[in-house]
Amino acid sequence: MEFVSWADFFAMGGYGFYVWLSFGATFISMLGIVIDTRMKRARLFKQVRNNIERNKRMQAARSMENTL
Amino acid sequence: MWKWLHPYAKAQTSYELAGKLIPWFTVVCCISFAVGLVWGLAFAPADYQQGDSFRIIYIHVPAAILSMGAYTSMAVAAFIGLVWQIRLSDMAVAAMAPVGAVFTFIALFTGAAWGKPMWGAWWVWDARLTSELILLFLYLGVIALYNAFSDKVLAGRAAGILTLVGVINIPIIHYSVEWWNTLHQGASITKFDKPSIALSMLWPLLIMLLAFATFFGALMLMRFRNEILQRESHRPWVKALVMGGK
Amino acid sequence: MLNAFYQVMRRELLTAFRRIADVFNPLWFFIIVITLFPLGVGPEPQLLLRIAPGIIWVAALLASLLSLERLFKDDFSDGGLEQLMLSPYPLSLLVTAKIIAHWLLTGLPIILISPLIAVLLSLDLNTYWAVLFTLLIGTPILSFIGAIGVALTVGLRKGGVILSLIMLPLCIPVLIFSTMAIDAANFGQSYIGALAIMGAMLVTAITLAPFAVAASLRVSVS
Repeated sequence: MEFVSWADFFAMGGYGFYVWLSFGATFISMLGIVIDTRMKRARLFKQVRNNIERNKRMQAARSMENTL
Repeated sequence: MWKWLHPYAKAQTSYELAGKLIPWFTVVCCISFAVGLVWGLAFAPADYQQGDSFRIIYIHVPAAILSMGAYTSMAVAAFIGLVWQIRLSDMAVAAMAPVGAVFTFIALFTGAAWGKPMWGAWWVWDARLTSELILLFLYLGVIALYNAFSDKVLAGRAAGILTLVGVINIPIIHYSVEWWNTLHQGASITKFDKPSIALSMLWPLLIMLLAFATFFGALMLMRFRNEILQRESHRPWVKALVMGGK
Repeated sequence: MLNAFYQVMRRELLTAFRRIADVFNPLWFFIIVITLFPLGVGPEPQLLLRIAPGIIWVAALLASLLSLERLFKDDFSDGGLEQLMLSPYPLSLLVTAKIIAHWLLTGLPIILISPLIAVLLSLDLNTYWAVLFTLLIGTPILSFIGAIGVALTVGLRKGGVILSLIMLPLCIPVLIFSTMAIDAANFGQSYIGALAIMGAMLVTAITLAPFAVAASLRVSVS
């Protein structure tokens, strides 16, 4: 262990701001792209599901038309 | 010779294979990230010259290496897609580009945050920083071109061509920037050249490299799956997956 | 085969001369951009001499970007591009003809008016020769690289911005070496090395770019 206390750790020998800024930015951008990827996946699933349901409704309407 | 590869040219097989690989990448990524971060931030010794600001290297260098590695793998995928007309390959290009761009951004940002205490400025027109900035432009160009097409098959092929053009240009850009830099700055910044790195610093660096590489792998596969879903959204297997899965 | 090459080139030049204003517009743009810099930074000859290479080349880059957009646009919308693709000759050869014709219409005029730039930016004779040579070798490179970008974006509705996004980073080496040569001439040094490298880039661009352009056009037109 290079540091004696938590305060010492956060201070990073006086370079705390720069070190935590870089690590924070890295973390945020990585998290950002993960969230973006997950959201895109959810959106795609929803899109496909909506499509299927619309097709079902269309089919139902068409069969109704035929019976009338 | 390449027969064993052919089943993976089918979208569904690739989708499932990617799905099987993602958890492994994720696990290795999380573990190596945790180990590398704790080791690099708390246990690795501080540099005798740069003090604790040196610890930025543990994200800066892996991000920089992988930003170039990602572009190289994009070029390989684009080449395969163009020569053998494998559409999945073009999808892989599109899947890798945003991840590579994020790594390039991280490398630039951490480089700036490291440069401020070391060189006294957020940005210097150092050859490496400049090359990295141009690499970011190349990534953004590929992404912008890909997004501009509404037909994603065409988009993938266009992005592939642009990637290949870019990869031919990268060495030229790199050397021209280096030459430009030595001419204009007289190679003032040699401080970071050839840091004969101690083993106690090298190990966490290698672990962080592994963490970034597996992060790239996992994210790329996830985005690759998204691309497949998007293009095959009218196929029965996708419909079955969506209705059955969740 | 050569006949087809000439025919395509002749047709390009003919259609361009029927609408001569299109040839002059990028030229005005080039001159106006160069005029803006002294107005922006001040008229001191020393200062202008120092930044002249950058001004000239950034303006040339933007002017060629502006004119490039038209390279395949008309042929794309009237179906001429499909005709080219259906012809028995290799598409890469025909697009080379088109690119060369395009350079004759946009790159060459810039070179022809370069003495005027030398006067505007108070360059001495030695520096002017460097400007002339870099423009002579460099603008064809811009045309060839730019043609790839145009071919990729010709089918898009908002291709213009994308074109500059993808093309400008690829043109950075040309910018670096040409300004380096002009700078060297400015200080009375030999600039033959930078010119030689630009020559190598031009040869590479001429050999490789037509294939990339042909492949891109196949993507855009399909």
